[in-house]
Amino acid sequence: MRASLIAAGLLALATLPLWLDNPYILHVLIVTGIFIIAAMSLNLLLGYAGQLSLGHVAFFGVGAYASALVSLGFDISFFTLKPKPVWFAMLCGIAAAGLCGWLIGRIAFKVRGAYFVIVSISFVEVVRLVAVNWVELTQGPMALNNIPPLNLLGFAFYKKPENYWLMLAVALACFFLVRRLVRSKAGRAMIALAENEPLAISVGVDVTKTLVLAAVVSAAMAGAAGALYAHYVRIVDPDVFLFIYTVTMVIMVVTGGKGTLAGPIVGGLLFGLLPEGLRALAIKPELQWIVYGVLMVLVVYFLPAGIVPALKKRLAWLS
Amino acid sequence: MALLEVRQLSVRFGGLLAIESLSLEVKEGEVLSLIGPNGAGKTTAFNAITGYLAPVSGEIFFNGEKISGRKVNDISARGLVRTFQKTSVFPNRSALENILIGLHLSSRQSPFAIMLGLPSVAHDERALRGEAERILGFINLSNKKDEPASALPYGEQRLLEVAIALAAKPKLLLLDEPVSGMNPSETASFMAKLAEIRALGITILLVEHDMKMVMGVSDRVVCLSQGRIIANGTPAEIQRDPEVIRAYLGERHRRAIG
Amino acid sequence: MDQFLQHVLNALMLGGTYALLGIGLTLIFGIMRVVNFTHGELYAFGAYMMYAFVMLTGANFFVALALAILLGALLGAGIELLLLRRLRGADIDTTMLVMIGAWIALQNGEQLAWTGVAKSISNPFPAAPLVIGPVSVAWNRVFVLVVALSLIAITYLVIQKTKLGKAMRATFQDRDTAALMGVQIGHIHTVTFALGSALAAAAGALLGPVFVAYPTMGDLAASKAFAVVILGGLGSIPGATLGGFILAMAEELGAGYISSGYRDAMSFLLIIVILLFRPTGMFAQKERIG
Repeated sequence: MRASLIAAGLLALATLPLWLDNPYILHVLIVTGIFIIAAMSLNLLLGYAGQLSLGHVAFFGVGAYASALVSLGFDISFFTLKPKPVWFAMLCGIAAAGLCGWLIGRIAFKVRGAYFVIVSISFVEVVRLVAVNWVELTQGPMALNNIPPLNLLGFAFYKKPENYWLMLAVALACFFLVRRLVRSKAGRAMIALAENEPLAISVGVDVTKTLVLAAVVSAAMAGAAGALYAHYVRIVDPDVFLFIYTVTMVIMVVTGGKGTLAGPIVGGLLFGLLPEGLRALAIKPELQWIVYGVLMVLVVYFLPAGIVPALKKRLAWLS
Repeated sequence: MALLEVRQLSVRFGGLLAIESLSLEVKEGEVLSLIGPNGAGKTTAFNAITGYLAPVSGEIFFNGEKISGRKVNDISARGLVRTFQKTSVFPNRSALENILIGLHLSSRQSPFAIMLGLPSVAHDERALRGEAERILGFINLSNKKDEPASALPYGEQRLLEVAIALAAKPKLLLLDEPVSGMNPSETASFMAKLAEIRALGITILLVEHDMKMVMGVSDRVVCLSQGRIIANGTPAEIQRDPEVIRAYLGERHRRAIG
Repeated sequence: MDQFLQHVLNALMLGGTYALLGIGLTLIFGIMRVVNFTHGELYAFGAYMMYAFVMLTGANFFVALALAILLGALLGAGIELLLLRRLRGADIDTTMLVMIGAWIALQNGEQLAWTGVAKSISNPFPAAPLVIGPVSVAWNRVFVLVVALSLIAITYLVIQKTKLGKAMRATFQDRDTAALMGVQIGHIHTVTFALGSALAAAAGALLGPVFVAYPTMGDLAASKAFAVVILGGLGSIPGATLGGFILAMAEELGAGYISSGYRDAMSFLLIIVILLFRPTGMFAQKERIG
């Protein structure tokens, strides 16, 4: 029963551009999907490894900028790079984000709890200010424009359907990556650290290695989402580093259910599609954010583990 | 050869010198108990030996290799594993998952193999699961394997704690007050379990207040008071030692024994 | 040299307000262990209250200042009672998320109420600056420094010399023992949050008339508050005071001699660098506050 439902759902998702004739909704789905990938990556670090990282959008933005810059080429005083193919640029974006993840992982090991929250927020702000001020490299607030789309074997991903399928493929790959990690020795080590660190180290868990692994994988995944974003929307400006986007990802993970595989998906769909619903009701954006804020507080009070665990109790077949 | 050798260990804790120039040895295969009044420094000694606290001076050798100054997980990997005074499990994980975590050192999955979904990982997982179920059976908690650890009654949680430590394949197991809070029948069955653990070839260093248990399981007993060893011998010798009686059991008792 | 002195003077004024922000946050963070994301919004609230009283109702400047601080305290108490009370004993991520939700709601509420246009607030001081040799300083900035220092002194005295302050210090050191000794932890939390919020509102009410009031002004203020807390060590009022002035100095000199674009990055960079080398803060004294 459950397997066939999931199969049907996946089939509907996979064929969506073929039967959905609304380009706007398709666009919303693509952007929501990209955010869900970012939320899944945050879930690994925040939900499973228990690290209060509020700088997650830094990885997303670094992935976006790095991929965009490598595909556009750039010229700064001491170094010139010629434009490279987009698939290569995307890999660079993932690698750059992963490197930032490695840095954060090492810091997480030294600095704990609430202090780490502060460090992670500060890190993003520094990166954002660099993006704004290093105009030679990033064009600052004037943004990187005309970013080329992905080009595979001569086919350029200009239109929405192919970007939708690309997003779906990456999202599925990331989902299974997280699933494999979580059900393995590495994932158990992360969870162990989050639940009882002194006990975890007493059975041989290496804190540094575990946190660094969680941070690198999480960051690389967010970087992939950022790269997808850069080559779909094809404009990247420093606003991509705004704290509000980290907050959005955190809301998605926490309301969906941190530490569960389906949580970021449910949360992502909810907070990706909710703005559209509210916009249809002609509600001012400020009011919309107030609704989010209130919703977050309510979920924390009444469903502290998130929506998915609460649903799990009622429906035994959602995993 | 001594499995564990502590030489002139001094440890500072809470602003005081909690242990001063402590030297002791644990021989392979024996059960050594550490007793002493509260505040004598027993748990501090445990913390220093297993790497949770850095000593001010002195050295610790395990299996001939120096372990003082090493990280906790490094010491555990060498075969020195401990349990905790306050019940310590992974509360939101099932009993089986708790033991799977304990089997961390037995698993050989590399991050790349995991992410690529290589068959070696699934193979390793199956083997680990089998091992975890076996250990769960050893402590008679097989029927609770999917229960969250926090939902288990106190006595079973303490057993689970020991099982997690056993999963880490210790050569030397340090048990910190394993039966505190247990009723007499739970204590008796734990003593039997301890004999089984010993029969597996595991050396045991025990901190306990329950004298019946200490006298019943130990080959040797060391008594600590105010950070120093005041007696060292067989249970029978310790029971008669006036220093021990005075420090631990109180003046009244000494006068009563005569 | 003149330029340097000018920077120092500017830094003094800013430093006083940064210290206020930092002290408020270090008390809340230290005593309640809450990552207070609404701190910046209380700062903005203080500024907007000044705007409302001085510009919209024509009230006396000094009365408006006192009112703004008082209302800040009340808002803080309200937040604590309404949102945080129920979460006592919850883990740090839960409280953090509630505070983020409150921050979003507050900031957007302010945006709705006052619109995004920056508001300027007039002050009653003479426009001509006070000239001391080669440097000049505006009268309103002198006022800011004087009030800031007075508030810092008052707060310090309250913490050190009053029974309330003693209870707060006890709660900071060991909450459970304090509770056993009869300290009403709930009251202490409410008072602490109100006091911290009042100080943030005061900083906003003081700086609002010097610069302008705009809805997102709280975000930058919050980050500087966190930098000051980390510089000064959790729970230390002297530390936060010193930290406030050091941060202001670093910003002024950085903006003046390196690049103004990265001025705001100073606080963040300082945070990262300090925490890397001293993971518990620069002057961390874990045992005491005051």
